[in-house]
Amino acid sequence: MGRSLKIVGGEVYDPANGINGAVKEICIEDGKIVDSCKSPAEVIDATNLVVMPGGVDIHTHIGSSAVNAARGFRPEDHRHAVFAKKPGIRSGVGFTVPSTFATGYLYTKMGYTTVMEAANAPIGVRHTHEELLDIPIVDKGLYILMGNNEFILKYLKAGEMEKVKRYVAWLLRSLKGYGIKLVNPGGVEQWKYGKDVEGLDDKVYYFDVTPRQILKALSWVNESLGLPHSIHLHANRLGIPNNYLTTLETMQTLEGSRLHMAHLQFHSYGGENWGGFCSKAPEVAEYINAHPHVTTDIGQVVFGDATTVTADGPWQYRLYKLSKNKWYNADIEVETGCGIVPYTYREKSYVNAIQWAIGLELFLLIRDPWRVFLSTDHPNGGPFIFYPWIIKLLMDKEFRAEMMKRVHKRVLSDTSLPNLDREYTLSEIAIITRAGPARALGLKHKGHLGVGADADITIYPKDSDREQMFEHPAYVLKDGEIVLREGEIVDSRLGKTLFVVPPDVGEMDPEFKAEFENFYTIEYENFPIDIQDIPNREAIPAGATR
Amino acid sequence: MAESVAAKGLTVVEGVTCPFCGVTCDDLEVHVVDGKIKEVKNACVLGKDTFLHHLEGWATPRIRGKPATVDECIDAAAEILAKAKYPLIYGLDSTELNAQRKAIELADLIGANIDHTSSVCHAPSLQAVQTVGISSCTVGEVKNRADLIIFWGCNPAEAHPRHPSRYSVTAKGLFTPKGKKDRMVINVDVRPTPTTRMADAFIQIKPNSDYEVFSALRAMLKGHELDQAEVGGVAIDEWKTLLDKMKSSKFGILYWGMGLTMSRGKYLNIVALLTLTQELNRFTKFLAAPMRGHGNVVGMAQVLTWQTGYPFAVNMSRGYPRFNPGEYSVADLLAHGEVDAALIIAGDAIGNFPAKMAEHLMSIPMIAVDPKESETTKVATVVIPTAQAGIAAGGMAYRMDHIPLVMKKVVDSPYPSDHEVLERIFAKVSAMKNGGNGAPASAGRVRG
Repeated sequence: MGRSLKIVGGEVYDPANGINGAVKEICIEDGKIVDSCKSPAEVIDATNLVVMPGGVDIHTHIGSSAVNAARGFRPEDHRHAVFAKKPGIRSGVGFTVPSTFATGYLYTKMGYTTVMEAANAPIGVRHTHEELLDIPIVDKGLYILMGNNEFILKYLKAGEMEKVKRYVAWLLRSLKGYGIKLVNPGGVEQWKYGKDVEGLDDKVYYFDVTPRQILKALSWVNESLGLPHSIHLHANRLGIPNNYLTTLETMQTLEGSRLHMAHLQFHSYGGENWGGFCSKAPEVAEYINAHPHVTTDIGQVVFGDATTVTADGPWQYRLYKLSKNKWYNADIEVETGCGIVPYTYREKSYVNAIQWAIGLELFLLIRDPWRVFLSTDHPNGGPFIFYPWIIKLLMDKEFRAEMMKRVHKRVLSDTSLPNLDREYTLSEIAIITRAGPARALGLKHKGHLGVGADADITIYPKDSDREQMFEHPAYVLKDGEIVLREGEIVDSRLGKTLFVVPPDVGEMDPEFKAEFENFYTIEYENFPIDIQDIPNREAIPAGATR
Repeated sequence: MAESVAAKGLTVVEGVTCPFCGVTCDDLEVHVVDGKIKEVKNACVLGKDTFLHHLEGWATPRIRGKPATVDECIDAAAEILAKAKYPLIYGLDSTELNAQRKAIELADLIGANIDHTSSVCHAPSLQAVQTVGISSCTVGEVKNRADLIIFWGCNPAEAHPRHPSRYSVTAKGLFTPKGKKDRMVINVDVRPTPTTRMADAFIQIKPNSDYEVFSALRAMLKGHELDQAEVGGVAIDEWKTLLDKMKSSKFGILYWGMGLTMSRGKYLNIVALLTLTQELNRFTKFLAAPMRGHGNVVGMAQVLTWQTGYPFAVNMSRGYPRFNPGEYSVADLLAHGEVDAALIIAGDAIGNFPAKMAEHLMSIPMIAVDPKESETTKVATVVIPTAQAGIAAGGMAYRMDHIPLVMKKVVDSPYPSDHEVLERIFAKVSAMKNGGNGAPASAGRVRG
């Protein structure tokens, strides 16, 4: 620690601080960006290079019990890519569900330095923390699944909102999580009866609460705890034709409150059935343009193999029946579930091609780049290693047009994509891959290059082929140390696990321990995670000003 | 850690996780007096034995049968592994996460084959899941919801004694307040076992006929009428009745064990079972789960999967993980006489292997790292005793349904933990490899 570095002569893209390509010197000391270096500084000559903050992935599935089940169940997928060991570098495998060391290296090689593991059942968070410890270099955090939690449903049924709040605070505190995640609220509980929810006002069996009530309650809890990120929502009816109506209704229900809609592409479908499947991206984008309370990540489809991994059990059952691929399902006591189905997106499949177009339509139609973020919902829409390809599609309309000619022809006739001329600028790309996600997450020290920021920096070559550019950073710095140089990882130190510290809103009631042990099959005292089990960590206090 | 210190040097440790079987009870109460375990509450006979006899039968450090210090043994072990051309690292079920991690790191360093006891136990189950997937759940779902439980080719009464009371047969849950009275239990096996006594119905099936039976059930589920009068030695009507019970349950679960993994058909038996249970979801909520067992075997499969991509039978000799049951699985490596050195950690290989495998193992330099004397330590070249995981060393372990739990350290040991020993071996081997002839082999980046 304490190294001093100067990046000199680079074209800096730091949209959070209004810098869009100016040649500017960046000074680094003690792992942070500083005004000037006190000690003699090593110089990185970034002439003719582009300097950006390190990438921030707001929604990815890289390490959890569910992801590991996917890995174990996909040996055939691992053969597509193998990574040999090198001095200081562990070996690995994997294309859609890479092994942990490979995951850290691959993200770093793209210039990403912070990633958020998007879906974690409370009882499996201990597993997530351990897997995250084996993902080198990048900083990471995890969201905790709560939208089908039977304690929350129970308290909601009784109208005990303060108890919901205390319980959520207890979960975050005990498990060292970053935020509140909802997946198909109500639907995953219904899946325990082999069912789903069809609308926001369907009642969940036994608990008699509705998705709408769950959404409103957790949104209220999130804001009242002052958590840095909004609730992170995988809305009801994912994947189903005409689900755009549910998507609009969901956003309307939470109007006025912050809301992050995950992998929006999967929620922007029209049509009465699969035959009539069509894009409703324009309608969804229009709502988002008019309503600043919503942020979103797109969940862009990438043609080729994917592995769908989600807590949305009932949807995965449908996908298993549709695709006839193998199907992994695990229902988790009290909390949630997971479903995993391998899937291949085909250019000539009408539905897949429209899905691909919908993602791009959303990117191009949503005007405010601060509220739309790059993701593939890895590995659901495709592997994260294709982010550079997506960036090229956004920045280069000719490349987009060539792609449109290759895919099913109804993309040209049935979507607005052919008429969308917009090309993302480098500054806008810096927003949707760094500055915007960091701001939405409430990570004050990430996603920008102002004084006080973590010195997580990526230096890219200037290449008019944007896919090549974003695939081959010249340098990546993490906490002020060079971790990648000339395409090779030169330092594979462990990054930090980020977690929130909720405010003190009181303890759980004395009867909670007995209730816990009635519902679960483990001891109450064995549930919380010892902070010592997370050796490298950073606590983000809730309620801090954004 | 919940502890209370009472009179006369007694410490009571609550919420202790048992390291013995896949039920992974975490409610044990261990009474320690003057550093010795005197009493264990809430444990079954297997768990009690494990804790109460923790001082008995300790391994002693030795090289080629002669007493040596732990340091000398570590040096000798490192030399063997650094020189080996095609080493095997095996065992790893009765230890904790950090030791397992270190073993994998060592395998990466020396290009070893790394396998663990799943390979001779539920590997066929893992292969079946890789083939068709599985519709499963954690044990709490069974406790709270299951009204039909089928034990097929497994014997929890003897192998997982507290499973029935904690999770399945008599456990009282949210929607099963009357416990056993809210459930039907069916046992299918080739002969009655102590588990049969807790079942409401028993079906005795001919050995090696499970695949046919599951296939017949699948056919009947799809509405086919079968020509046969019987399958697996059991009348079709009896199978029809079973199928009806499965279809009309609210929440059914089928637990399976070695009766299916180790009989004719092996992983195909389980492919058939898993497909049947997946297909039953068209009618009702139906799940299946393996009765996983020895110690923290699930944990080893978990960490091996996340670090290498594969759950067992991993080879690192090309510098990256490869998986091929039948080639890199321990039985095949040893039966073909391929490995030239072995590191056996926290698992009694010799005591459990067929003679041909044991013979080869005894013919090569073999290091045994284990808290207790066993058939393996008796014939090992180097024996390194360690603190027993879950008793004298803490760490993370997994339950049979993949839930992670923490094992506590309740007593001290004069010997280092498995993790510490592996760390020290790793450091020495690493130094030998780096200081040796030229730089370590680097296979470069390979794309398949």
